[in-house]
Amino acid sequence: MTNWFYLHWRAFAQACSRLLAQPLSTALSALVVGIALSLPAGGYLVLDNIAGLARGVSGAPEISVFMAPEAAAAQVRAVRQKLDADVRVARHRFVPRDEALAQLERAGLGDVLGGLASNPLPDAFIVVPLGEDPELFDALAGELRALSGVAHVQLDSEWVKRLHALLGLGKTAVLVLAALLGVALVIVTFNTIRLQILTQRAEIEVSRLLGATDLFICRPFYWFGCLQGLLGGLVALGTVWAVVQALRAPVQGLAETYGTVFVLSGPQAPEAAAILGFAAVLGWMGSAISVRRHLAGDRPG
Amino acid sequence: MITFEAVAKRYAGGYTALAGVSFEIRHGELVVLSGHSGAGKSTLLKLIPVIERPTAGRVLINGQEVSAMARRAIPYLRRNIGLVLQESRLLYDRSVFDNVMLPLVITGHPPRDAAKRVAAALERVGLGGREREMPAGLSGGEQQRVAIARAIVNRPSILIADEPTAHLDPAYAHDIADLFRSFNSAGVTVVISTHDASLFAASQPRRLVLHKGLLVEGGE
Repeated sequence: MTNWFYLHWRAFAQACSRLLAQPLSTALSALVVGIALSLPAGGYLVLDNIAGLARGVSGAPEISVFMAPEAAAAQVRAVRQKLDADVRVARHRFVPRDEALAQLERAGLGDVLGGLASNPLPDAFIVVPLGEDPELFDALAGELRALSGVAHVQLDSEWVKRLHALLGLGKTAVLVLAALLGVALVIVTFNTIRLQILTQRAEIEVSRLLGATDLFICRPFYWFGCLQGLLGGLVALGTVWAVVQALRAPVQGLAETYGTVFVLSGPQAPEAAAILGFAAVLGWMGSAISVRRHLAGDRPG
Repeated sequence: MITFEAVAKRYAGGYTALAGVSFEIRHGELVVLSGHSGAGKSTLLKLIPVIERPTAGRVLINGQEVSAMARRAIPYLRRNIGLVLQESRLLYDRSVFDNVMLPLVITGHPPRDAAKRVAAALERVGLGGREREMPAGLSGGEQQRVAIARAIVNRPSILIADEPTAHLDPAYAHDIADLFRSFNSAGVTVVISTHDASLFAASQPRRLVLHKGLLVEGGE
């Protein structure tokens, strides 16, 4: 195990020294990779911020459950018990018909209602479901509709559906962009490693004659690809952070004109780790493909 | 120890480098391989560490058929064979120390012990204390000594040298020949190809003579 760590440490140091030996080339590669990665990373961040904004502005969706005017107290109790027991329900509130009438009167409709012989309003429950999945809301509404004594169920989820559709579209676009630019990153690393192999050819040949395994020869190139990807990831993070800082004040000002408070948030630790990990893995992939492609043809023996 | 059984090597263009060569080298022997250019000396030597594979016949080391060895096993075989080529094949962007250290790095030797071994190997070839110099600053003979130090630093049981004195002045060539003789005296099996067999005549080595791919002297 010690030997394994030693060989990896040596390969890592070798990769670092190769990166440092060509600072301009290293910086340019990191910039290319970083700018390519910053596009999907920025896109993801924009979507994340929009989702947060939509949640803040529109609040949670509600399901209004109206009981039949002739519903018995036992039927109202049964609906309440169902809502209490259902794990999909975040919270619910019972609005008795008298309270609904009082609310209308307070709203200035007392004269209209005064002409009626009796209170025409039903008892109702206002239900706030958990989560943001419109399909779950539909299912819950359907179950409530089927309960005895329930006259009408109104689901206020159209805006949630539209938002989910838009965010889904945005996520797909970001994924496609990430995949395309990921391929570009692999190609950049592939080419860099190809040039590295050409400059290290003498060392590779001698090492093979002295008993080096393929893994021994490939290991520094794998580290090189990983480190180049990682540097690109850092550039991407820096770019996204700078853009967020530049846009934060204008976006905040725009939100204030709509009477809301909104602060554009940058990448947090998990997102930053994901960007760096993604970049390192793509760098490793590019180097692995390049090493296999360019070292396969010249093995003595 | 090293056995060739009816070994033939024909290259892709149809050129036959070796045609049915058979011989056996015992442990601790000093073998000088001679013949004109194109006789097949280099090809024969390349078959031992499996730099080339024969098109017919078998090559065995300690009873193991290396000519049919799986590719992934070859590096481990080579670690037990010291190899000195006509050109020193040193890495010119590395110091003498780093060049000699390379086989020990490949085998993952602990650095402290490896440094001692490098110093000992350089001492053995007469380059003690010159670890920090770069190969480009050394003479041809000194570069070949560095290559020899690199070949012996792993303490191989077999040492193969392909024309190690080809580009050297006679004085340097004798020094190098003395080195190989001294390794052989220490129990290492040494196989050397040379145009000038007289360099090793004093130690009465076993001679193998190749002519146009055929073993004309010293075989079975």
